[in-house]
Parts: sequence; structure tokens; C-alpha cells
Amino acid sequence: MNDVTIDRATLEIPPGMPLDSVNPVEPFLRMDRMPHIWCPACGIGTTVNCFTRALIDSKKNLDKVAIVSGIGCTGRVAGYMRLDSFHTTHGRAIPFATGLKLSNPELDVVVYSGDGDLFAIGGNHFIHAARRNMDIKVICVNNLTYAMTGGQTAPTTPGKVISATSPYGVFEPAFNLVALAEAAGAAYVARWTTYHVKQLSRSMEEVLNRKGFCFIEVLSPCPTLYQRRNKMGDGLDAMKFYKQVSKIRHGARTSECDLSRDGEIVVGKFVDRDRPDYFELLKAQMTETLGDRYAVPEVGCCSEG
Amino acid sequence: MHADPKGVLTGVHFLDGDHACCEGTLAAGARFSAGYPITPSTEVVERFAWRIPTVGGIFIQMEDELAASITIQGAVWGGAKAFTVTSGPGFSLMMEHIGYAAMTETPCVFVNVQRGGPSTGLPTLPAQADMMQARWGSHGDYGIIALCPNSPQECFDLTIQGFNLAEEFRVPVMMMLDECVGHMTEKVVIPEADQIEITPRRFTTQTPQEFRLFEPKADEVPDMVKAGDGYRFHVTGLTHDDRGYPSMNVETQDRSVRRLQDKLKPLANGRALCETEFLEDADVVVVSYGITSRVAQRALQMARQQGIRAGKFRIISAWPFPEQRIRELAGRVKAFVVPELNLGQMVHEVERASAGRAKVIPVSHAGGSVHQPETILKAIVEAAR
Repeated sequence: MNDVTIDRATLEIPPGMPLDSVNPVEPFLRMDRMPHIWCPACGIGTTVNCFTRALIDSKKNLDKVAIVSGIGCTGRVAGYMRLDSFHTTHGRAIPFATGLKLSNPELDVVVYSGDGDLFAIGGNHFIHAARRNMDIKVICVNNLTYAMTGGQTAPTTPGKVISATSPYGVFEPAFNLVALAEAAGAAYVARWTTYHVKQLSRSMEEVLNRKGFCFIEVLSPCPTLYQRRNKMGDGLDAMKFYKQVSKIRHGARTSECDLSRDGEIVVGKFVDRDRPDYFELLKAQMTETLGDRYAVPEVGCCSEG
Repeated sequence: MHADPKGVLTGVHFLDGDHACCEGTLAAGARFSAGYPITPSTEVVERFAWRIPTVGGIFIQMEDELAASITIQGAVWGGAKAFTVTSGPGFSLMMEHIGYAAMTETPCVFVNVQRGGPSTGLPTLPAQADMMQARWGSHGDYGIIALCPNSPQECFDLTIQGFNLAEEFRVPVMMMLDECVGHMTEKVVIPEADQIEITPRRFTTQTPQEFRLFEPKADEVPDMVKAGDGYRFHVTGLTHDDRGYPSMNVETQDRSVRRLQDKLKPLANGRALCETEFLEDADVVVVSYGITSRVAQRALQMARQQGIRAGKFRIISAWPFPEQRIRELAGRVKAFVVPELNLGQMVHEVERASAGRAKVIPVSHAGGSVHQPETILKAIVEAAR
């Protein structure tokens, strides 16, 4: 906690009060919406903590950071952040973010959503935004299940796992999200677990200051539904499990980063490559073909400003 | 305020309805469109893709209609005036986000160039069978505005009006073209920019501390804001309070969902858009809209030549339904004849508004072509008996 640069102004600490009298995360949250809906030992709150730390460290003007979520447990993140925040429809956070970013390129647009939202119902949008190298940052909290609706099988649920809709065990192969992101064209791909709070926070900070389509997968425990049904213990057991089976391998081949129920979790930064983003490509193409006739869109794309 | 001249192609043109609609979006100040190709609507965004780089704005072709219909809403909250364009099957996919726009009071425009359905139906042929879908297609209770042009000139004029109404009421507006109107080429006069009235977005003048995103003003419509201006606002499709925070209880649900409908009442009553003729002495009134109104016009002339006192009520704003006008007429005419390119949709609204005081005769057509004027005439003659 102590290595974070925070000042009184950011934290709105009244004069005379000690610096640690305010939770450093509070200024970034809508405290008037607490308590949140997440279960005890759920990992989503941990990722939000890391994200606020990243916001502090990134030195971003928070008036220009917008957060977009879909539907689900992680879909609630947008509503708790004291940013311009959008809780959209199931699976559609990415296309909403695309419109927001293109109409107002000054914004840093972060998509914060779950694995079911982004990769089942929203999978098509994910691959196309990655293909376009849309300048948005996608943080996927992967709890390997549909938690909000009661723990059904997701496209990320590993084989043999018991879920509400796979009472005899999952037999479908699961998506490898980091491989999918790389194949679709993401400029930056990383994976961490909620055990790796420092690394996760640094990755988040890195993407906040990086152009292009960036993807961070965060494996996060769901003790209430996923772990309980599979006799995998509680939140602390999840942390022990992550600690035990995680291997940091930066630059690992994403195709070799499949996940299984009990096996190794390869974490790290896997992809960090320069590709021109959508807006750069658009401007280059229009300038090449239209020359001076090209009118670069104004912020807000709105003639009346 | 007046239109931004950058988007106004002043002059006399020979345009089809789809292209005229596109010019309407530009004149209205739309600088963002997201689309997905579908016959017979694609020409609208094809022209936008061609025009917008020199006007200053964005066209993006999305991966599907679900994406297109929410991308435009992201753009609206970024500050743009935005629209998407589709036809039947795509319109079905967009229902989710028509509901989102209604719930989040996001001003935006959906152009639907109607074709025959259901399902893939008749991709290249006309119908008017999405009228009820436009009103009720998304789940839950809400209100929308739908406008029905019957010529390329109106595709231009009404599209501007559609954008203006979207801003005034903070609702999604449906432009309900049909294949015939979309593909019909006629003279279109585009006036000077300073002759075109534009309703600017009503951005709040309150401070971020005072401002509440869903607090209705005197007209029942809340003020707008855009991302990046320091308001740190929240938008959700969940039932929400004035701050935009989820508030899932009976009281909030009742208050907010009623307001989503009630704020449109002025358009159901005094401000309903319609075109009328010969109503003073009419025994029979032909109620029609879109391409069918042009066939009905011929039938009306024929009826008048036969000495039948037939009148015209052309619906321009179909939703909210102009029920006050129909109710008034029902008290003094014998019958309504309602031709439409579907098996009976708006005719039910005419029946509802006339409440048994006048006979209501549908002239249905499953789509694929327009009516024969004689078919409508026959119904008028029978109604006048």
C-alpha cells in the first residue's frame, strides 16, 4: 500500500487529518452505492482495488476516463467507479465503447466485464474490436462461470467442472482467452490472477498509457458458486491454489496457456506489439485518398460542440 | 439553431429515398453512423460512408446489427448525433438496443427501410409490417417516436425532424421507410443551411455537484451530458433513480417507466404529424401512411370523381399514435378505410381510437408490391354505402 503515490488533493483529505485516515480507494468509488453486491471472498473487488491503484499511478485525468461494462457480476464494476460509467447490455460493452471512443477520442475507454459477457454473448464483438485494433482497454474478470445467474457453464469453464447446467461435468472444450485475443489481433495481452495484485495493477497501468486494443484476463475466484459446487474450498483456498499453480512466464506462447480445473496457470504479459490503431488507419487512409478534403472529426463529432 | 452548412447539400437533386434520408441525417447534424449491410436500406449508409469523411465525422461498419445499434449509443454519450440503418431482420436484432435507448433516454435515430417478412422474407420488395414491432418490439413498457415518409423529399425533411424530436424528447426515433419509398427516385430540394431548423442537444448548465442525469425538467425530459466533461455520471439499463443509480423497487419502476411513455403525450395529441384533405365533408376517411398513402391518394381521387365524400388522413407520426385526431374524426364520419402493406397493424390503433363510433375497414396486403388503387376504391365504395 505504501508504494503508491497519493496526495491529499486526490484523496480529498481534509487539512489536519492524517494521510491514512481515508481509504485510498474511496475517492475512486461511488461510496453512496456501497455496500456492493459481491459475495465475501469474490475476486472482483480485488481487481477493482488494483484498477484504482492503476488509475492513481497512471496519472490520468479521471474526467477523461470512461468505463463500460456489460451484464453480470463484473458488469457491476462500472456502476461502482466514480468515472463516467456505462452499464450496457449483455455482451455489448465493446461496441458501446467503440462508439464512445470514436466520437470522443480524448477519452480513455476501459471495458470491464466478465468472461461470459465478453466471450459468449459478446464474443463476436471482442474479435472484431481486436481485429480493428480499436483503442480500448478490455479487462476481463474470468471466474470461469456465469456467477450472476447462479453458476452455469461458461465458454471458459474447464472440463470436468460441475456447474448448474453441467451437473454431470463439463465436456465442451473451453476458450483459451489469451490465445483468442492474440489471434484476433490484440496489441497487448496479459493474464494474472487476483493473487497477483501488484502485477495486475502494473499491467492495468501499462495499458492505460498504451495505445491500441489491450486485453487483460484476470482469473478470479467465485467461492459461492464455482468453488462450492466443485469442493474447491473458500476464498483463501483459491489464493493458495493460485499461488501454488501459477507460473509467471512473460512472452509465453498463448497457444500453450490453456487452463484446466486443477492444472498450471501460466500468467504474465504474453503480447506487446505495435500495430496502428483504428483511428490512425482511418486517418491515414482518408488523408491518402482525399488529401485536404478530409475533415478530421471533431471531438464529440458534434458540430455544435 | 440552424443547420451546420458543412452537412447541407443545398440544391435541387434527383435522389432516391435512401440517399435523401442520408442527406437528412447530415443536415440534421448527425456525424456518426454505425451500420451493417442489409437490403433495401444499405444505400443510406453507403452514401454516408462516401460523404462523411469530407464533412467531418465517422462511419463504421460493424460486425452485426446488435453492435451497430449500441455503437451509435456510445457515440451519443460521447457527444455525437448518431443513427443506424437497417431492414426487417436487422431491425429484429436491434430490438434489445431500442429498449436500451428508451430506458437510458439516449437520443438516436433508427432508420428501417421495411421489406416483406417474417424472417428473411422478401429482401427486395416492400412491406409495412414492422409498424407494431417499432412500437412494441423490445421488452417492457416504453415509448418511441416513429415517422413515415412517403417520398424522397420527405425522407430528407422528416429525417431532420426525427433527429430534432429525438433530442427534444430524449428517445429513439424510428424512421419507417419502405422499400418503395427508399428506392423511388424523385426531385429533392435541399434548402440553405440557415433555412433548416435544428434542435441542439440540451446539455445541462448545472454543475456536476447539482446535476442529476435522469431528473425530469418541466417537460418531463431530463437534460443531457456527455462523457469527458467532469460529470462522472452513470448510465444503466437497470431501473434507476434520478442519479442514474440502480434502484429496483416498485416506486422507482412505476415513476420512471410511466414517464418514459408520458413524456411523449404531446405527440399523441396536439403535435401529431399528419396530412389531411377533404375532411370537412368526409363520410369515409382513408387512413394510410408511407407508400400506401400514395396509392390511397389515387383511390381517393377516383372516389371523389364518383361523388363519394371521401377524405384523407395520412399518418406521418405513427408513434405515438395520433389518437386524439382519429377519436375526433370517429365522432363525425361513417367509416375509416385503412390500407396497409401488412395483414393489419395500424388498423388496430384506428379501431382502438375510434372506439366503435365509426366502422373500421382494413385493406390488408401481405407485401411484395403495393395495393392496386381499385382495391382501396372498392373498400371506400363499400364503406360509403
